Amino acid sequence: MTQIEKDELSGTDTTGHVWDGIKELNSPLPRWWLWTFYITVIWAAGYCIAYPAIPLITDSTKGFLGYSSRAEVVEELKLADDAKKSFLEQIEKLPLAEIRKNSDLLEFAVAGGRSAYLVNCVQCHGSGAAGSKGYPNLNDDEWLWGGSLDDIFLTIRHGIRFEQDEDTRLSDMPAFGTDEILDKNQINDVAEYTLSLSNNETDGEAAKRGAPIYEENCVSCHAEGGVGNRELGAPPLNNAITLYGNSKEEIVETIANARNSVMPAWGQRLDLETIKKLTLYVHSLGGGEQETAALNAN
Amino acid sequence: MSSTLEDAGKSTKFERVDVKAVNSKEERSLYQARIKIFPKRVAGTFRSLKWWVMIITLGIYYITPWIRWDRGPHAPDQAVLVDMANARFYFFFIEIWPQELIFVAGLLIMAGVGLFLITSSIGRAWCGYTCPQTVWVDLFLVVERWLEGDRNARIKLDKGPWNFDKFRKRILKHGIWLLIAMATGGAWIFYFADAPTLARDFFTFQAHPVAYTTVGILTATTYVFAGFMREQVCTYMCPWPRIQAAMLDEHSLVVTYNDWRGEPRSRHQKKNQPEDNPFGDCVDCNQCVAVCPMGIDIRDGQQLECITCALCIDACDGVMEKVGKPRGLISYSTLDTYNEAKQGNAQPTSWQSFIRPRTFLYFGVWGLIGLIILYGLLVRDRLDLNVLHDRNPLFVQLSDGSIRNGYTIKVLNMITQPRDFILRTEGLEGASMTMPGSNLGPSDQVAISVDANTLKKVKIFVKVNGENISGSSMEFRFVVEDVNKTESISTETVFRSAN
Repeated sequence: MTQIEKDELSGTDTTGHVWDGIKELNSPLPRWWLWTFYITVIWAAGYCIAYPAIPLITDSTKGFLGYSSRAEVVEELKLADDAKKSFLEQIEKLPLAEIRKNSDLLEFAVAGGRSAYLVNCVQCHGSGAAGSKGYPNLNDDEWLWGGSLDDIFLTIRHGIRFEQDEDTRLSDMPAFGTDEILDKNQINDVAEYTLSLSNNETDGEAAKRGAPIYEENCVSCHAEGGVGNRELGAPPLNNAITLYGNSKEEIVETIANARNSVMPAWGQRLDLETIKKLTLYVHSLGGGEQETAALNAN
Repeated sequence: MSSTLEDAGKSTKFERVDVKAVNSKEERSLYQARIKIFPKRVAGTFRSLKWWVMIITLGIYYITPWIRWDRGPHAPDQAVLVDMANARFYFFFIEIWPQELIFVAGLLIMAGVGLFLITSSIGRAWCGYTCPQTVWVDLFLVVERWLEGDRNARIKLDKGPWNFDKFRKRILKHGIWLLIAMATGGAWIFYFADAPTLARDFFTFQAHPVAYTTVGILTATTYVFAGFMREQVCTYMCPWPRIQAAMLDEHSLVVTYNDWRGEPRSRHQKKNQPEDNPFGDCVDCNQCVAVCPMGIDIRDGQQLECITCALCIDACDGVMEKVGKPRGLISYSTLDTYNEAKQGNAQPTSWQSFIRPRTFLYFGVWGLIGLIILYGLLVRDRLDLNVLHDRNPLFVQLSDGSIRNGYTIKVLNMITQPRDFILRTEGLEGASMTMPGSNLGPSDQVAISVDANTLKKVKIFVKVNGENISGSSMEFRFVVEDVNKTESISTETVFRSAN
């Protein structure tokens, strides 16, 4: 039986609970604590009325303040869009060269291009745009189809050897071995010749034998001295960059079987502003060419 | 109280106060609710000193943000400004960037060691004179006394019924307290933005919500701490009294009741004293207890609650003068002096007690940090260069056989004037630079203009001819130099390639 009594020493009532002869004092909670607790209870009740709080079967209570975190996000997104609006309008309106002259606009476009790049392009060209075997490095100064703003724009928009796009960049290197245009020895010799163009030949005699074969079969696209032709997407053979590797075996394979890689036409999937931004981003990576330089090269 | 106990008080001109030291050990049980303290007004040397300290400290606090300091058109003209938005700290002629926060850390360490030094030599002077809690409680008490009168009147009003007069006085008191509290929070925000602009925005309700929130919080803390919690803040909330216990030793000045002189205390007149046990100087007037803002009795000895505000010294000296005894029954004294005096060798505490290994050490550390900070400030660069080598790709093979590396370069112009710099490489044969976005061809140096007081980030491509490549990682330096050749700085980095 509980017996509430007054503790003599402290003058406080006991709770009447006794354990092993020890009696528990009934010390009330500190008042500030209790009041804070009451206030939080009141606050919670008010909150439930003012804000969405109680889950119902398919929905929840709305709260009379009409607050919604989703609406808040929409609002914030709209603000962000508004802030970008003038930039986006200018990117849509201005030609690429004009955008590039405006440093603020360029910074915005490059940043946007980088985001679009990370979504659409990294799969082949790599996150640093350094490419890999068969996928061009976009940082360097060699361009199969041209490195001016307009060339890059065209490439991204219409793709390369992408049959679904009428305006796609098109060229076709014959498979000299598979199609039996050249025999094995001839392929070996012409491979040595192309290697000699960048001073990498392994057999000088073979290279000499390869020169006339090159004249006959390759010069129409890759041009005299192997300088290449961007109109046809024919890469220069006389420099340090090769798309499919610089070893004898790789070059022999290229000549024998041809390499006609494909890039999708992004014009079908991305809007023109995004393609413009991508163009400016790729152009800014270090290899971008001036319009005049591009003309000279062609 | 019997009439014989009262006679000493009647014959002389001092008042004997009926007061209990509510926070003394004997009076306060652990679970007891706070008993209000009504400190009595007192005049004297230390009270005057405290008035001056209050005026000076509050003056510094309120006036500092309004001092102007011309730094030219490219930097704020506020002498002391913590510019959070732009991450700059201005202090008169010194400007601190975030990476130089070590100077601020040094100042804080100096403040800490300075507190050690002060405490070990002159005791809890910080608590008694300059601590904001003490200063604002003092200020609130001024208002309280002005409206409600001194101790007895305040007690009477507090106990009295809620009539119109009490209501009026209380409303007025709390109103003024709130105004002071608001001014306290209000002054604080001016350290973080241009004061005149913010003041205008604040009163036209156009300031940032953070400003109002800050003022709100500081108003609440000031009002509650100085108006209601008072001595409880020092006793229960503040860690410093506990730490100070370790700082104090037998050579530190503390407020001391010289019991060797005062005891046995007596309310009787001298002529009534027993011959075998003559009375001490303490007439047990309780003035020292009545003026104490902490609610203790200094005659119980040194105690944690005592903030050494020295008001009891003033109160006691006043009484001693009236009864024709020497001052200093309660005095600033070291434990050493006190013990000596107890042995019968009474001497005032000499300044030599401040000079001892402990204070030397504190002063040495304090001074050393100060000198290091000063030296650091004098020789620090106002130009900095950070170089970040591209990692993806590490390097780019170019068609002519050369290799290109990309770098993100940050040039920090830390003065309040715009400057033009020349960036060049050092120790890299056959190198040339290009800056994307500029139509300049490759060159061995690049011009970079940086606005006043800002950081400029540029992308730089460095190209090295194939024949100059001598390893997969070549060390070299970027050097950036003011066009006037007044300042230059260099940063080590590497040039990577495949072989």
